[in-house]
Amino acid sequence: MSPVRIILSIGLLGGCVLFRHSIEADPVTHVLIQLPLLAISGHLFVSGLGGHKLRITEPVANAFSLVAVFAILFWMLPRYIDAALVNPVAELAKFVSIPIFIGGTLATGWAKSNPFLRGFLKANAISMLGVLAFLYIQAPVRICNSYLVADQERLGFAFLISAFGLAIAWSIPLFAPPPKEMKNSKFLMRKTAR
Amino acid sequence: MRSFLRYLLPSCAVILLGGGAVWAATDGFRAFTEEGARRLHVAEHRPGIPELILEDMNGGKLTLGGQSQKSGKITLVEFIYTTCPTICQTAGSEYAGLRDRLSEAGLGDRVRLLSVSFDPLLDTPQQMREYAKNHDAEGAIWTVARIRPQDLGLMKRGFRLRVIPDGMGGYQHNAAIHLIDRAGRLSGIFNTDDVNGVMGAVRGRL
Repeated sequence: MSPVRIILSIGLLGGCVLFRHSIEADPVTHVLIQLPLLAISGHLFVSGLGGHKLRITEPVANAFSLVAVFAILFWMLPRYIDAALVNPVAELAKFVSIPIFIGGTLATGWAKSNPFLRGFLKANAISMLGVLAFLYIQAPVRICNSYLVADQERLGFAFLISAFGLAIAWSIPLFAPPPKEMKNSKFLMRKTAR
Repeated sequence: MRSFLRYLLPSCAVILLGGGAVWAATDGFRAFTEEGARRLHVAEHRPGIPELILEDMNGGKLTLGGQSQKSGKITLVEFIYTTCPTICQTAGSEYAGLRDRLSEAGLGDRVRLLSVSFDPLLDTPQQMREYAKNHDAEGAIWTVARIRPQDLGLMKRGFRLRVIPDGMGGYQHNAAIHLIDRAGRLSGIFNTDDVNGVMGAVRGRL
């Protein structure tokens, strides 16, 4: 139990709700600031309660990570970004589901998930952001009815920057000295044979 | 083998449920955007639209939707504001092309075309006549009209329109041709350049 994390979490969620109109006025801050902050808020809350120490098996942890993947997929649909702006039910769903189904599940399951699954999902996250960037920059039509075409393009470039940022952030550890358990040459064998 | 299956089971369950949820959320992977969802809903459910009173460019009264249209003509509607420098102008010339195609096909007396302004404060009848003149909207088959300010919200809800200020005094909005059938129901939404799609739908609804 970590009261600091829980207080931070509630503060973040409260901030996201309180300042939603100014954050949501721009699709870049809506999609790339507010949605990740909501996930972080859920992550802090669950790990603050000790969820990351929960003893779950690797198969269950994998399933938790996949729940987050589908929740991310859902909230990447332009249709529901629009809906969250005009439909109070969708708006409430956003503020509730992202902390629980993205932040909470990742806090509980991500670290215990199969390392290959994690690598696969990270690689896919980067390529998905790249595809989204291409789509938002090149689309001949408006993707969100609530946002201007010029904003849509800016969001595309922001996706591209995020893809590069994640690619760099996730590659840095590959060049760091391996952690102790990785030095055991049987580590990967043991993981796959299970 | 069995332990391998047991290992995969929770993940497979999530993939099935998650895939099903995304499938349902996109109407079977058919509508990923609000505009796509709007068009799919209209094509499948043909919603009725509330009766709207419009003022045309000559100051005359027109009605749209509701009971007004029963057993009348098919109406094609696009939404504009006449001070629009870009998309409404293109849409205007595409609309003129569509009107010509309908006339050539001998459907001129069974279909009416409306360009409806959602900016009634700026789009005075004189302003609308100017737009009509620039795009050769002759007033018989195709006319330009504006919604009454008090009915603007009703019209936007009825057609699920989103009109947002573009920060330069204009708007961005759904650019599309809306088909209202003879029963007064909204039964198709098409891209403004999809002349063949509109012609096919008009023939199908006559």
